[in-house]
Amino acid sequence: MANPLHLRAEVLRCVPDGAYHRLVLRAPGVPERARPGHFATLAVGGPDSAMLLRRAFSIHRADPEAGTIELVVAARGAGTRRLAAAEPGESLDLIAPLGTPFPLPDGPVSALLVAEGHHSAVLFGLAAEIQRRGGQVGFILGAASADRLLGVAQARELTRDVLVLTADGSAGMAGQVTDPLAQAVGAIEASVVYAGGPIPMLRAVGEIAAELEVRSHVAVEAAMACGVGICMTCVLPVVGEDGVSRFVRSCTDGPVFDGARVRWADIGTVPPDLEGAAAMGVS
Amino acid sequence: MQPQDVDLSAPLGSTVLPNPLSTAAGCAGYGRELARFVPLDALGTVTTKTIMPYPRSGRATPRLAETPSGMLNSIGMPGSGIDAFVRQELPWLAERGARVLVSIAGERLEEFAALVERLNGQPGVAGIELNISCPNTADRGLFFASNPATSYDVVRAVRKVTDPELPVYAKLSPDVTSITEIAAACVQAGADGLSMINTALGMVVDLETMRPALADGTGGLSGPALRPIALRCVYQVHAAMLAERIPPVPILGMGGIRSGRDALEFTLAGASGVAVGTALFNDPGAPLRILDELRAELAARGFAKYTDAVGLAHRPL
Repeated sequence: MANPLHLRAEVLRCVPDGAYHRLVLRAPGVPERARPGHFATLAVGGPDSAMLLRRAFSIHRADPEAGTIELVVAARGAGTRRLAAAEPGESLDLIAPLGTPFPLPDGPVSALLVAEGHHSAVLFGLAAEIQRRGGQVGFILGAASADRLLGVAQARELTRDVLVLTADGSAGMAGQVTDPLAQAVGAIEASVVYAGGPIPMLRAVGEIAAELEVRSHVAVEAAMACGVGICMTCVLPVVGEDGVSRFVRSCTDGPVFDGARVRWADIGTVPPDLEGAAAMGVS
Repeated sequence: MQPQDVDLSAPLGSTVLPNPLSTAAGCAGYGRELARFVPLDALGTVTTKTIMPYPRSGRATPRLAETPSGMLNSIGMPGSGIDAFVRQELPWLAERGARVLVSIAGERLEEFAALVERLNGQPGVAGIELNISCPNTADRGLFFASNPATSYDVVRAVRKVTDPELPVYAKLSPDVTSITEIAAACVQAGADGLSMINTALGMVVDLETMRPALADGTGGLSGPALRPIALRCVYQVHAAMLAERIPPVPILGMGGIRSGRDALEFTLAGASGVAVGTALFNDPGAPLRILDELRAELAARGFAKYTDAVGLAHRPL
């Protein structure tokens, strides 16, 4: 388990980037602790807010020297709209870092980083770590439309190997990130795929990687109430090291999972062979 | 009266705790995650999530829906079962000086009794809370707490085999016709206290899928939205105790407590302890904050002792 801090974080900047907002917070102590894949949660409003559940965001950047972190806010409901409208100078209730980060390679590897929409936010710190270890990265970034792409320029600063796809063809090629995945793995001779995105996309990435016999590490974004491991709402069915499938928490065991261990097809069900399924009357 | 001079000691059955604050069952796991935010020995008690005899996966996702000032959950009491709890979790809690109110549930009377027999004499256990809001497989799947006779039977079966030193609390559901009748049955069966209340059943419909938002259709409503109902339940049961229709036992009040003011409301309505649940999801540091706020609220009203405020909302005009 991560060792998070809970603090009032001052908003330094909140600037739009396409359909999203980049939110920079002064969070002393957090950047030193943050690793690629960690996430942060923010409370919405003050102690009387009618929105009780914290909103979770990948830590996009962590700058220990400045004492800041950057989150990418995709406004989807009333809570995230409120956070996307944060003004410099106001303070937000922050808990970070949370979760289990990406496993990092010991030495130089070639890695393919794949993301849809704002989910790419989780991959850039990882890319820098891989490069620091002498490895190389390629990116496949996709979205529904051009305004929903995040970090294309950032990716191009890190590598020439950047593929961009949009569903409507408004930027890059028309299609899904999974369309060129197998070919891209071959082109950069990737031995590992890292991904962030919605569940159906991560499922497809996990399955393609398994077929190609390369490892995949995927960061999920599950609905959660607390982010710290106490509410038990954010579970996924995952095969453990011992071969037994269990519901495990995305917030503490994840958000990063081995793409080959998540039972993607069983999400939203209680599969009969899951530990403890018999007690639910499932057989 | 200065806040630091207020005596916060509070009863758990016939035992005395340093303060009235607990976590609510199912909202703090087994304490490990919360301990990163709150020293567990600073709480009156730590109530565990409900422990059952066997491993249980819990329900399918989505298990959660946010609602105005609250949330619905349909978690389904997941856990590794009593063996893993006694072996791995309880010793860890005891080492940290936590006073543990162990929430238990079974689907048959014998399961409740067998659970208690595993907990008798274990270090760290301060009491037992019976989650009788789970389906009773012997009674067409109805909750034990939905009827006075089945509530009586569970409490009696458990009290008979529980270490006499350990208080047994029954946790009541608001989804009943008369909560005072259920409360009376529990106390007559030997309950040393009542935990009030569990969640109330609710629903959210997802307008994108045009289906219920939760995988299981319905879920338990918790959070401040539930608070007026919880206060009403505590008030009614305390009133029945004052009217000698129920023998007096301590009430552990819960349902949307988020601040010291909320805790004081429950206390005035008749609770002599308070538990924090959903507020932990918003603010895992809430227990210590609420204790500080409660101390200040009591001091501001001239109370030297927390227990002096219990039930004062019932005093004659």
